[in-house]
Amino acid sequence: MPDRVNDHPILGDTTRKETVNITVDGQKIESKKGEMIAAALFANGIRINRYTIKREEPRGIFCGIGQCTDCAMTVNGKPNVRTCVTPVEEGMVVKTQYGVGEREKNDD
Amino acid sequence: MIKREAVVIGAGPAGLSAAIEAAKRDADVLLIDESLKAGGQLFKQIHKFFGSSAHRSGIRGIDIGKELLEEAKKYGVEIWLNCVATGLFKEKKIAVEKSLDNQNKTAEIIKAEKIVIATGASENAIAFEGWTLPGVMGAGAAQTMANIHNVLPGEKILMIGSGNVGLIVSYQLLQAGAEVVGVLEAAPEIGGYGVHAAKIVRAGVPIHTSTTIVEARGDEKNGVKEAVVCDVDDCWQPIKGQEKIYEVDTITIAAGLKPLMELARMHGCRCDFIPQLGGWLPLHDKNMETTYPGIYVAGDSAGVEEANTALEEGRLAGVAIAESLGYIHSNKASSIKNEIWNRVDGLRLGPFGESRLEAKEKIIKTFQ
Repeated sequence: MPDRVNDHPILGDTTRKETVNITVDGQKIESKKGEMIAAALFANGIRINRYTIKREEPRGIFCGIGQCTDCAMTVNGKPNVRTCVTPVEEGMVVKTQYGVGEREKNDD
Repeated sequence: MIKREAVVIGAGPAGLSAAIEAAKRDADVLLIDESLKAGGQLFKQIHKFFGSSAHRSGIRGIDIGKELLEEAKKYGVEIWLNCVATGLFKEKKIAVEKSLDNQNKTAEIIKAEKIVIATGASENAIAFEGWTLPGVMGAGAAQTMANIHNVLPGEKILMIGSGNVGLIVSYQLLQAGAEVVGVLEAAPEIGGYGVHAAKIVRAGVPIHTSTTIVEARGDEKNGVKEAVVCDVDDCWQPIKGQEKIYEVDTITIAAGLKPLMELARMHGCRCDFIPQLGGWLPLHDKNMETTYPGIYVAGDSAGVEEANTALEEGRLAGVAIAESLGYIHSNKASSIKNEIWNRVDGLRLGPFGESRLEAKEKIIKTFQ
């Protein structure tokens, strides 16, 4: 499974110490403060973000910089959140998105 | 409606340097960027840049990025981050979606006297069977994961494309601790600089020319597991029976970039298709000004080249803006711009630079 890079020949010590807890499809995972949701998922071995509406095919990171929207997921009840450019927050609830997703109730 | 003297769209190397050059000469400059952090793609360029001492070669992109941010601050460039330019309307009005916080956004219209479009480029994809499987991604995405987020995008990676991006990112994936099983190149020769190719070959990564990917195989649960590759004939067609299978979890595509020119087109700036520079792009003159007076373009959105060229083009646009706003005498501006042009020409040398130089000269000539 892909892993975090903690010791880099150019960047040096890239260990991120402060952790943030989020849940992904009900499962608790540990992420690092300030990182993007998609990076946290990668570090935890998750690389399917959503399934397409017509053929129900899996999609994951493609551009990594917010251009392609392939990494969209439902975050805190809000669908179509680009996880590659959205940082994690404590208690964030992330869900695999099916099709165009559905806005959940109690979402402001 | 908000009014500004100069608005720069995109805070990468071109946008930052345009903003700095204009602000340094007292222009009131607003720089907007859709990301949470300024710098564009500079902060993933952990390698040393090319060029002569005049281009400050040997400095890593990441360090150039830090310097530019400091300079922008020093000269009082106002920066709006997490702010997307969603449209460019007649008479230089910019529609922006400005984030107030993570949840709330507001729409603003900014009327600018001068606009610099420095929106950069997007990676080209190539389509093959299975290319949408998770685990197939742009080389830039893999680079962002490894160098910015410090997470490996995969363990065993196959790189498609041997241009400079493919070669440099392969090396950086090795540095991050991944295994790169090989680099494929459909052309009969390696696309990028020999020095970059030699580095990865020395590290044990084979480069297969006249070879392409035909299929990514995997499953719905885990994404990519295998890459099917094949030799190609003189017409770049796969030769049946020559298929080989690599066991990889990730396939990265480095098939070039294309300018992000939507805003320029939206405003009616004249565009043309210039294959040497990545495709459709807005035409510009020697001041980097488009066919619409007051709208400038710089960096990859004016034709895909390298970060060094983007920096210089941004400077040209910044000086030209300061000049047209009356902050600098035209004699002085001319001499500064000439110096920059000499440095730009110095970057468009050699077998790789010549075609870009030719294309850029043609653009400027067409313009006149």
